[in-house]
Amino acid sequence: MSATPILEVRSVSRNFGKFRALNNISVSFRAGELTAIIGPNGAGKSTFFNVISGGVPPSEGQVLFEGRDITGIAPHDFARIGIAKSFQITNVFKQLSAFENVRVALQMRVTRFQLLRPRQAYGELVQRADALLARVGLTASRDKLAGDLAHGQQRSLEVAMALACDPKLLLMDEPTAGMSPEETTVMMDLIRQLAAERTVILVEHKMKLVMGLCKRLIVLHHGELLVDGNPDEIRANAEVKRVYLGQS
Amino acid sequence: MKNSIISLLLLARRHRVATVLLFLLVFPFLMPYDALSVNILIFGLYAVGFNLLFGYTGMLSFGHAAFLGVGGYLAGIAVVHGGWPWWAAIVTGVAASCLAGVVIGYLAIRTRGIYFSMVTLALAQIMYYVFYKAEDWTGGENGLRGVRVESIKLPGLSIDFINPLNKYYVILVFVALALWFVSRILNSPFGAVIEAIRENEKRAAACGYDVARAKLLVFVLSAGICGLAGALRALHLSIVPIDSLHYLQSGQAVMMCLLGGMGTFFGPFVGAAVFMYLEDVVTNLTRYWMGAVGMVFMVFVLFFPKGIWGTLVHQMERWLRRQGDRA
Repeated sequence: MSATPILEVRSVSRNFGKFRALNNISVSFRAGELTAIIGPNGAGKSTFFNVISGGVPPSEGQVLFEGRDITGIAPHDFARIGIAKSFQITNVFKQLSAFENVRVALQMRVTRFQLLRPRQAYGELVQRADALLARVGLTASRDKLAGDLAHGQQRSLEVAMALACDPKLLLMDEPTAGMSPEETTVMMDLIRQLAAERTVILVEHKMKLVMGLCKRLIVLHHGELLVDGNPDEIRANAEVKRVYLGQS
Repeated sequence: MKNSIISLLLLARRHRVATVLLFLLVFPFLMPYDALSVNILIFGLYAVGFNLLFGYTGMLSFGHAAFLGVGGYLAGIAVVHGGWPWWAAIVTGVAASCLAGVVIGYLAIRTRGIYFSMVTLALAQIMYYVFYKAEDWTGGENGLRGVRVESIKLPGLSIDFINPLNKYYVILVFVALALWFVSRILNSPFGAVIEAIRENEKRAAACGYDVARAKLLVFVLSAGICGLAGALRALHLSIVPIDSLHYLQSGQAVMMCLLGGMGTFFGPFVGAAVFMYLEDVVTNLTRYWMGAVGMVFMVFVLFFPKGIWGTLVHQMERWLRRQGDRA
């Protein structure tokens, strides 16, 4: 394992007006790890996710990817350097077919501003899109409009789109939000498989869900890093119990 | 019988530009008079250019008259003040509208939704007053007169450009090229990117696409096509009326797109044809032709939101799928 962490956050803060959503957070992630960021509502999880995924730049501090400073780079550069994400609120191309959603996402690595060659000339994208759809279990819905898919399927589709740029680091914001128990099980299995081959960081509200899944959990509370440890440490921690039971 | 219809439709769908071209070749013979066909051809192209931005990228510009006008005026100025040949006038018009597209686009794409519409409208109004005031060059209120092109001279060939039917076919050459170009763009990887941006900008950026750059490029392409329509119109009318730059002209592009079917390749053209045909027919009956056109427009927006062509294509696709399932 290389010594450089895949992602390093150095004294990051983020203000929204006078409100300090993140306060001086420093944490690093090793390649190949599956980590969950947890915390009660308003803990700063989503802001943290946005800072490391290109949604908002930090007000102070630095974000390093494989040792390189990526603080404040454009949102579209994240996918290009190998950081992909799935959003908390599903973001897919609703009026395009599931297949086309994935095909467009794949296309980025091949061509972006090619005006005159037909799409059909990029045949390898078709096979790769079909393979990705199969991977997330959407082969049967290939030609349906993304907007017509069930909620859980749309979330899976989004994961396929995130995987399309073959990211080194996959970021997922509440991947099971709004899912039925069955859909949740399927998604957890998928995350487990993905984590075997790349670094995954997920933000999750439901602590129980990630306890069995991740070896490392980071608890945020009021924009600060509360605890960083394995599930047993988190479970035994009195502070965590306190904030999760809401007796603050 | 049914099978041959199916294969004919599939063929038409695969070769949409050729199909449209076949239709446009006989189109003047379906219209009451030739000048109307020429008008429809030009405004059809204008609406198609507008649709690239509105229907395919989801950016509602309220200032596209700027490009119709700049294309027209610069082509006209090239002929009237420069004494340039017709083809140089067209090139000048298109280049100028592309340039205007870069400037207006650069300023406008920073905004979204209604703000984008308002910024394009405001910038187009500035264009209107600039051309209105530059009387020495543009003729001001009276429009730029004397854009006289009497014949189209090609090596070994001279076409009488006064005859409206000849005019139609000369202009059709340019319209056909432009339609082919638009069709290529829509079918290209870039075409996929702009549709992705229309559907979800955030996701498109997260996929690694530079949304601002793509928007600017499509804005300029759209401006260039509308500018070509403007330049052709200048040659057709022999005058560039100041109303080319009027915001009503911008509004017309929106109406034509919605009427025919935004986000379809040929819909805006159909919308333009219906719009102009109605204008022509109803004007003979009453001064209030806008009322009649407005009524037709309301019916379509309320009951056929996909537009005339959009609804037809949708039904055709459904029918084809059913036939495919049965087979």
